Amino acid sequence: MSMTMTQKILAEHAGLPQVHPGQLVMADVDLVLGNDITSPVAIKEFAKFNLDKVFDKSKVALVPDHFTPNKDIKAAQQCKCMRQFAHDFDIEHYFEVGQMGIEHALLPEQGLVNAGDLIIGADSHTCTYGALGAFSTGVGSTDMAAAMATGKLWFKIPQAIRFNLTGTFTRWVSGKDLVLHIIGMIGVDGALYKSIEFCGTGVASTTMDDRFTVCNMAIEAGAKNGIFPVDAVALEYVASHCKRLPKVYEADSDAEYERTVDIDLGAIRPTVAFPHLPENAKTIDEVGNVPIDQVVIGSCTNGRISDLRVAAQLLKGRKVAKGVRTIIFPATQQIYLQAMEEGLLRIFVEAGAVVSTPTCGPCLGGHMGILAEGERAVATTNRNFVGRMGHVQSEVYLASPAVAAASALTGRIANPEEIGVN
Amino acid sequence: MKAHGTVFRYKDNVDTDVIIPARYLNTSDAAELASHCMEDIDPTFIKRVKAGDIIVADKNFGCGSSREHAPLAIKTAKISCVIASSFARIFYRNSINIGLPILECPEAVKGIRDGDTVEVDFTSGLISNLTTNESWKAEAFPPFIQKMIEAEGLVQYLKKEMAK
Ligand code: SF4
Repeated sequence: MSMTMTQKILAEHAGLPQVHPGQLVMADVDLVLGNDITSPVAIKEFAKFNLDKVFDKSKVALVPDHFTPNKDIKAAQQCKCMRQFAHDFDIEHYFEVGQMGIEHALLPEQGLVNAGDLIIGADSHTCTYGALGAFSTGVGSTDMAAAMATGKLWFKIPQAIRFNLTGTFTRWVSGKDLVLHIIGMIGVDGALYKSIEFCGTGVASTTMDDRFTVCNMAIEAGAKNGIFPVDAVALEYVASHCKRLPKVYEADSDAEYERTVDIDLGAIRPTVAFPHLPENAKTIDEVGNVPIDQVVIGSCTNGRISDLRVAAQLLKGRKVAKGVRTIIFPATQQIYLQAMEEGLLRIFVEAGAVVSTPTCGPCLGGHMGILAEGERAVATTNRNFVGRMGHVQSEVYLASPAVAAASALTGRIANPEEIGVN
Repeated sequence: MKAHGTVFRYKDNVDTDVIIPARYLNTSDAAELASHCMEDIDPTFIKRVKAGDIIVADKNFGCGSSREHAPLAIKTAKISCVIASSFARIFYRNSINIGLPILECPEAVKGIRDGDTVEVDFTSGLISNLTTNESWKAEAFPPFIQKMIEAEGLVQYLKKEMAK
């Protein structure tokens, strides 16, 4: 029987020649990830195993990124618990404030992700690494504990939906618009329990950063994972970041998909998801006049260097609109440094924006940019649920860095084409 | 094993941010998490909920983040069972892993209203609406998951397996 790319990776890690949708398997994991919210719970569960070591200290990554730099005493306690565990169990990949970044931008950058890997993380956006042809998925803290103890985890073999991409993006359109378009089309449970697999001639024209953004939001369609084929772009990224050799899996040509959806990248418009679900997608042409109070550019979805470059192209030599707070947070220290070297940080500050240290902060309504009652934000993040960024009566509109930057300049949700950048 | 209680009825896509808002995730203390359970969609939930009560919702319950704090808050609020048309994948895993009984049954969900009294028999999967005298059969768990539930969660299950 033929298999999808995801099924092949799961079969290999379960030591089986063949798997079929619905089958429950125990599979080996190549990396286990946790953050400062989910790890303390996992550490408590891990203690119940009474073990003096984790299954492999080089295959656990702990990243304090959510409420860091510690926003209050309770957050500090949680980080302390994680730090202590990392020390006691000699965890190789613990990233202290100063070296850390938002986990899903950090791990690929640090070379911890390889094509063909099976990665689980106690964070729903762990699905980001599918961009590099890995199977990666979010799990809970008990799963994290079990995987740290045994190096294995149970999985149900998913079916898949295939997106066949053709064409290339037009100016100001990026991976974010594509994924918002897809979620708008299939809904927030459109891929529930399933994989989203990408293929087609359009893939080659998408950047690595586009693919990270797209796979990052696979969970917003309910998917178990999103995955891209491993092409020259992915291989080059892996070669320059990861020391291990990649393992390339390809879907069988006759693999079964629940359905295949064709998407012409050239037809995608800048897209915005209205409150309070990522599926409430509208093209920029349908938005109308929506005045805003805050713009947030960053997160594991869109805090990478190409995102900051796009924002800088629009903000350069201009000023953010009166009354709009613009918060920009590069996703990792390395991105921060690169943005500094390229002069992007100066452009942001001169435009009247705030540049924050890497943190999840505002994305989950943690700290560093909480919304008051009735306020509206355009954010390049991935969720716009009720209360996600602050007060239950506040609103989050999800968009690309280009739309976010254009909106910062105009004080309402805006089309980057309006700004007049060549 | 049976559950018996009053129903709190919710709609589609009840996400983890409304089950337990991220602003309270600077602790993993179960009682404190439970005290904010459902706060952003139903501010009076925690005042009204009684031990054994049941949550019934439409599709995609628990969508959003991987926070195990969400099923934990529900369990600690003494909800005996969640019935939904469908569950988000990670929430489903987490509930099973921590031993919060959840059942998928779209037909039952259609026939249950807020405030109804419902009884659930976990062994047979029978869901009975005692207010309307209707009943439905939910799909049984696959054997592997049943074993995990019997062991009261993933950690205990694995400990048993590892001891073998
Ligand atoms: S940036 Fe937002 S979505 Fe990404 S890991 Fe942090 S809180 Fe989660």
